[in-house]
Amino acid sequence: MTIPAMVVRVKQKRIAELISHGKRLDERELDEYRKVQLEAGVIERAEGSARIRLGKTEVMVGIKIETGEPFPDVPNEGVLTVNAELVPLASPTFEPGPPDENSIELARIVDRGIRESKAIALEKLCITPQKKVFVVFVDIYVLNHDGNLIDASAMAALAALLNTKMFNYEMKEGEIQIKPGYTQLPIVNHPVAVTFAKINDKVVVDPWLEEEQVMDARLTITMDKDGKVCAVQKGGYGYFSKEQILEAAKIAKEKSEELRKILVKS
Amino acid sequence: MAKKSPEKLINKKDVRVDGRKLNELRPVKLEVGILSNADGSAYIEQGKNKILAAVYGPKELHPKHLALPDRALLHCRYHMAPFSVQERKSPAPSRREIELSKVIREALEPSIFAEYYPRTSIDVFIEVLQADGGTRCAGITVASLALADAGIPMRDLISACAAGKVEGHLVLDLTDTEDKAGEADLPLAFMPNFNAITLLQMDGKLTSDEFEQAVNMAVEGCRQISTLQKEALKVRYVVKEAVEE
Repeated sequence: MTIPAMVVRVKQKRIAELISHGKRLDERELDEYRKVQLEAGVIERAEGSARIRLGKTEVMVGIKIETGEPFPDVPNEGVLTVNAELVPLASPTFEPGPPDENSIELARIVDRGIRESKAIALEKLCITPQKKVFVVFVDIYVLNHDGNLIDASAMAALAALLNTKMFNYEMKEGEIQIKPGYTQLPIVNHPVAVTFAKINDKVVVDPWLEEEQVMDARLTITMDKDGKVCAVQKGGYGYFSKEQILEAAKIAKEKSEELRKILVKS
Repeated sequence: MAKKSPEKLINKKDVRVDGRKLNELRPVKLEVGILSNADGSAYIEQGKNKILAAVYGPKELHPKHLALPDRALLHCRYHMAPFSVQERKSPAPSRREIELSKVIREALEPSIFAEYYPRTSIDVFIEVLQADGGTRCAGITVASLALADAGIPMRDLISACAAGKVEGHLVLDLTDTEDKAGEADLPLAFMPNFNAITLLQMDGKLTSDEFEQAVNMAVEGCRQISTLQKEALKVRYVVKEAVEE
């Protein structure tokens, strides 16, 4: 960024000081999310898509559906593949090249939420057992990085999946024939990720970029629609106490319900 | 012993397939200082897991522009040997290994006084020689010992252990079979003297109450492992009395 390092330092110090008094520089409550704006079906070429704005963070997710081979241990189920691209236009810190550990972690956290909550009825995506199934590609495309990419990506992924239409088909002599019309991708659960940052021993939700730069540690808890925990990931160089984690799990339950209302109605 | 794979992993008396109780760890064997080239090294066997860890450093960092002016850069590689699992694993790092290397590094970092060695790097290598579930946790446990063996100043030892849910029961230290068949897996790393959780992941499904119990159970497992770690360091470093009983 073009802001001098000194200014950034002062600002970071201020962010941390305020949080220890229960306030945030952008005047949010400690457990308050930034504004969520959602648009679904933004890419016509994709089977499903969504673009989300979480404050200034912007993430687009496109879903493509192709056919492929099932995994040998689950021959009757479709395949889910999640990939994340930290596109260089999204931040001065993103470099072109193969996925680094940050984008791999991001994709795997979102993947775990969708997979473990069994959000997609993968058993309905089997065409010929052991031979041919549908493969659902979830591609996360970060367009503007202003912190909390995990929650933004998880929300965009769920919104895109809910927006996904599969082509109709019939089998003729072992070949797939595409028929006119579409059916909705079977989505049976709605996982929502809630991410916390620990700053000055206080825990806040939905950290924006400058909060992430001062945080000691990060915790993501993904809740499914029945209020069950379905994925957790701690990140960052610091640690959490057990009490902080259990408190975070409670907040995650409330927050995930709020966010789910925004995602599922659209 | 050729046994048919049992239909139930936990019997009516709450005994698991390998004879353990629900909250019982697998047998753990730890050895410190076993590789002569490394600055620090350790070996763990936890059930069928066999894992080596080596530490090199603090040492000069290449390329130099990556050096941190105020602290050492911790570098961590978690890697599985091609022969460590049933079907040969390609030796190239998988996405899983890259993620685990990152979370393991972040789990170890809080324990190290990295600020004592600015502009250097500390390299931690974890090689899984045989895997049977819970390798990231055993990897952290053994890497922490290797760091101690390398003489790197540390706030505390890190011990790690998973809890999870299998056939409706919360259990400690899941094997690969239990993990695959189970409903949830929650690996956790812990610094006992600080009551600090430095790694926490979970996949599966747990209610909030089960989540809390699983965290408590994993922390308890970590405390037990911590005792074993200290014993292993004593075996290596405490000079034995000339007269033994």
